[in-house]
Amino acid sequence: MLEWIADAVAGLVSGPGAAASAVHFFVYETLKIGLLLLVVTHVMGAVNVFFPVERVRTLIASGRMRGFEHLAAAGFGAVTPFCSCSSIPLFIGFLQGRIPLGVTFSFLITSPLVNEVALALFLGMFGWKVTVVYAVSGILLGTTLGMVLGRLDLEKDVEDWVWAIAEKQATEAARRTTGRLRAISEDAFGIVRKIAPYVLAGIAVGSVIHGYVPTGYFESWLAESNPFGVPLSVAVAIPMYSSASGIIPVVGALVSKGVPLGTAMAFMMAAVGLSLPEALILRKVMRPRLLGAFFGSVALSIVGLGYLFNLVY
Amino acid sequence: MIIYIRGAMKDIRVLGTGCPNCNRLVERTREAVDALGIEATITKVTSIPDIMAYGVMSTPALVVDGTVVLAGRVPLARDLERLLVGTD
Repeated sequence: MLEWIADAVAGLVSGPGAAASAVHFFVYETLKIGLLLLVVTHVMGAVNVFFPVERVRTLIASGRMRGFEHLAAAGFGAVTPFCSCSSIPLFIGFLQGRIPLGVTFSFLITSPLVNEVALALFLGMFGWKVTVVYAVSGILLGTTLGMVLGRLDLEKDVEDWVWAIAEKQATEAARRTTGRLRAISEDAFGIVRKIAPYVLAGIAVGSVIHGYVPTGYFESWLAESNPFGVPLSVAVAIPMYSSASGIIPVVGALVSKGVPLGTAMAFMMAAVGLSLPEALILRKVMRPRLLGAFFGSVALSIVGLGYLFNLVY
Repeated sequence: MIIYIRGAMKDIRVLGTGCPNCNRLVERTREAVDALGIEATITKVTSIPDIMAYGVMSTPALVVDGTVVLAGRVPLARDLERLLVGTD
């Protein structure tokens, strides 16, 4: 059906095959990604109604997750929509619930890394297998790093004023307006509307690459033969936080032209999961050593995952 | 039917550390208050300890007369109207 519409529109373009191919790519990907974004944001919105962060905190703090609280925190982080402006209340709120620092990190690492927008774009550009691999590696990365960071005795590198607040008993706020279908839908459309310009720009750039760049062009450029491709792409990706939703379609097109999937995956993970504004915000609650351990370990793990994917694929 | 008592001043607080979403919630709350024609004070709460005291972990959040009615999202002004008069 989508293919048919794209064929029809591309048929209207006269001229070289490259132009028709680019137009076809643009129309088809826009329709497909648009639909996927709406579906995934609705599903995630509904999940979030049942597991708002306040309830997640209560659940983890209750001790019922004992033995796998890192995994649980990472899993909840994946289904919770991420907003960097909520990082501090979230961080303090978890510590206030007597949740260990390592478990808190599992949540904090996974939340931006595996989010509804990235998942929808991955589904659209790479299909469900790569999407599942991405989501599972993101959750395992958050789980493992949370366990590691939790063992490093980093509590003293949390700013003192944070502990002063965390000492006080947490009060659970009751929310009245979470369980409404229309509200979920409005939020979902709101998210899609906000990122639409970035995604469309990304698909447009991707279309040009798709139509005009010869297949296999990048094999000479960023291929497995270049051992520094992965760390280089991670370093380049970190400042690209704001346009992460526009980057995924571009990278999708690059992969079809020969950029290795592991390198591309590492690039996208870094773009989505590591953001400079978030680091600046978290600096208020974490001393430089802790912040460095946090961001450094995530960046290194992403590089490692990139190499691993390049080996496997 | 929406019934509210004119003259009963509502105490509205918008909790948030000053991100764009928080400012948008303040604007929309003001729109909603104007549209309803109710008497209300809108105060921004930006200090983290004060925000945490309400038990809120996702911002922006909205507190009406001491009760948290909203956290972690910015609804449309017309939905805020219903929240403010308590029919939602």
